[in-house]
Amino acid sequence: MNLQEYRREARAWLEANAGNTEVEAAPDPGGVAAAKGFMARLYDAGYSGITWPREWGGQGLTQAEERAFAEEAKDFTLPTYVFSIGLGMCGPTLVDLGTPEQKARHLRPLLRGEEIWCQLFSEPGAGSDVAALQTRAVRTEDGWRVTGQKVWTSVAQHASYGLLLTRTDVDVPKHKGLTMFIVDMRAPGVTVRPLRDMTGRAHFNEIFFDDVHIPGENLVGQVNDGWSCAVTTLLHERLSISSGVGMGGQKDNPVAFDALRRTADTSDPVVRDALVELYVRSRALALFNQRLSQETRAGIFPGARGSAAKLLLAELTMFQADLATSLAGPEAVAYEEGGGGLAEALSLAPAMALGGGTNEIMRNIVGDRVLGLPPEPRLDKNVPFKDLTVNG
Amino acid sequence: MRLVLTEEQRELRDAVRSFLASASPLPRVRQAAESGTGHDPEVYRRLDGELGLSGLVVPEEHGGAGAGYAELAVVLTETGAALLPGPFLAGALATILLTETGEKELLPGIAAGTTVATVVLDGDRAINGAEADVVLALDGPRVLAVRGGTRTPLTTLDITRRQARVDLTGAEEIVSSAQGVARARDLFAVAVAAEQLGVLRACLEAIVGYAKLRVTFGRLIGSYQGVKHRLADMHCKLEQAESIVRYAAWAADEAPGELPSAAALAQAYVGRACFEVARDNLLLHGGIGFTWEHDAHLYYKRAKADEVLLGPPRAHRARLAELLEL
Repeated sequence: MNLQEYRREARAWLEANAGNTEVEAAPDPGGVAAAKGFMARLYDAGYSGITWPREWGGQGLTQAEERAFAEEAKDFTLPTYVFSIGLGMCGPTLVDLGTPEQKARHLRPLLRGEEIWCQLFSEPGAGSDVAALQTRAVRTEDGWRVTGQKVWTSVAQHASYGLLLTRTDVDVPKHKGLTMFIVDMRAPGVTVRPLRDMTGRAHFNEIFFDDVHIPGENLVGQVNDGWSCAVTTLLHERLSISSGVGMGGQKDNPVAFDALRRTADTSDPVVRDALVELYVRSRALALFNQRLSQETRAGIFPGARGSAAKLLLAELTMFQADLATSLAGPEAVAYEEGGGGLAEALSLAPAMALGGGTNEIMRNIVGDRVLGLPPEPRLDKNVPFKDLTVNG
Repeated sequence: MRLVLTEEQRELRDAVRSFLASASPLPRVRQAAESGTGHDPEVYRRLDGELGLSGLVVPEEHGGAGAGYAELAVVLTETGAALLPGPFLAGALATILLTETGEKELLPGIAAGTTVATVVLDGDRAINGAEADVVLALDGPRVLAVRGGTRTPLTTLDITRRQARVDLTGAEEIVSSAQGVARARDLFAVAVAAEQLGVLRACLEAIVGYAKLRVTFGRLIGSYQGVKHRLADMHCKLEQAESIVRYAAWAADEAPGELPSAAALAQAYVGRACFEVARDNLLLHGGIGFTWEHDAHLYYKRAKADEVLLGPPRAHRARLAELLEL
């Protein structure tokens, strides 16, 4: 089948199966059940794991097919949010690093939406500096015993499994004493608590591990080689973000240019100029993203330049929420029935500047990897972890 | 929409870049700028002879290469980055005006490099107005042309591009059309934005290079987040400016309906970004950036001169508001 036929068939399938779906990524159990039903149909039709190896349940096709499907899917709202961590990060990590037994056990149920996955790296004391994490895994007779706390864990309340990064050796520098595991989220000692964020909702969870037993066969990669495994996962995260997974459209955004031009008083020249500024910044970023995707198609890998796009998106998100609420005046502070209003947009805006790497981390990445600037001298590179200053 | 250079455009870019690096490096730019003519005629002779750049967008039947505006943008980015002194941009603007308004008589001379032409953009002031054989002027939808007449050189901010007042009495109307003039004005905006992109890029390259050499408090300055983060922000501006210039140049060739808003967008974004990056290049150099010998002020001044060349920046923003029906 050539690409055009593939695209046409994908479109036809989406129209038949996703065209009228109102099933959002609702966090309630009903929404998750419906999402799982959709995911099973998606898998059975051959559109889940398009580039994943056939022997583990994927389709064994190329980036071209995956991109074609993603482009067609942009016009639909697919209820795939709860699977995004598994599909974008955990699954690809297992494809790269998992044992044959792990792949055979986990990949097909992940692709078919039967089992939801979450990712457990960040901790209250280790955010930007994730390699400073303190969750300990100690060897036992038949595996490992884990104690510690993780945070910012999306979809953990629905997850069957998680990809967990732990500290296994404190006598070596911090990047050299980490180990990755697959953890059963229903195991005794695992507690999942919703984390109420500044929007008043619980978009994330915090996870507590109290003497949780992990069997030896759940080790991912090598003992004390967890950092390179985590880098693999994070690379997949950036790829999935830059390919547009989880990026909402601007169509229904109440603080985007198209909405503000309808609601703002454009007879006021100050308002008009503020809207021009928003338009200019929005177009500048949209064109940059389009150029990156055209370059990718032409075989020029954007690499760390994607971090520039992420930084700009975070700044634009803050700018437009700030502008929209200021233009609206006193009315802006009233929450709208059912959500989606300006007050909510302002509350949610900082998320983009903090999640997936803060703006400061993005600037470090652009400076170091795009511009090739000298790195900041570091105090933590060659010191045993136990001798480092860490957060209490 | 095409936002990535073609193979041929990359070759053109590389050819112009390496030519300018050898024929017109910055020390030569200074010499030329302070010489009698304000530019090096030998550089122009080779630019027209070996590379055929003055005739790049002149239609083939009038002695040019018949290339597109996307190619012109590629070249102007390089001449901007090199701060090439002299009437190259002036000639490009005159070529645009003559091509779009249907007046072809002057084109073969411009393409051959034997006629130096420029355009009065505002009142009676023209870039390279003293050196030009022919000065074109816009009067509403009409295009006027004057040869000879009194030219009064001005001392201006940007020493690498001179300006003069031109006495327009005796200027004659040449073939023109309101539509052609309107389109030409948009193309001017795209052409200047392409040059601004080059100025921006050169400023970022200069300061990134310096940040990898200059030491303070025992460290390279580029290792300080106070410097690094500003350079990262400047890089973000470069990425967006380049994307907009590619888009506007594509619209110039392929999507005439999108050209007016693309052109206004290009001036609204790239003009400002270029000045900000030129300013930060100068400031991050520290005290040496304030000296006459250092090149940072040449770029800083060109960036401001370019930002206001086609009118005050608010004019482009007002135009954008109008086109967006705000």
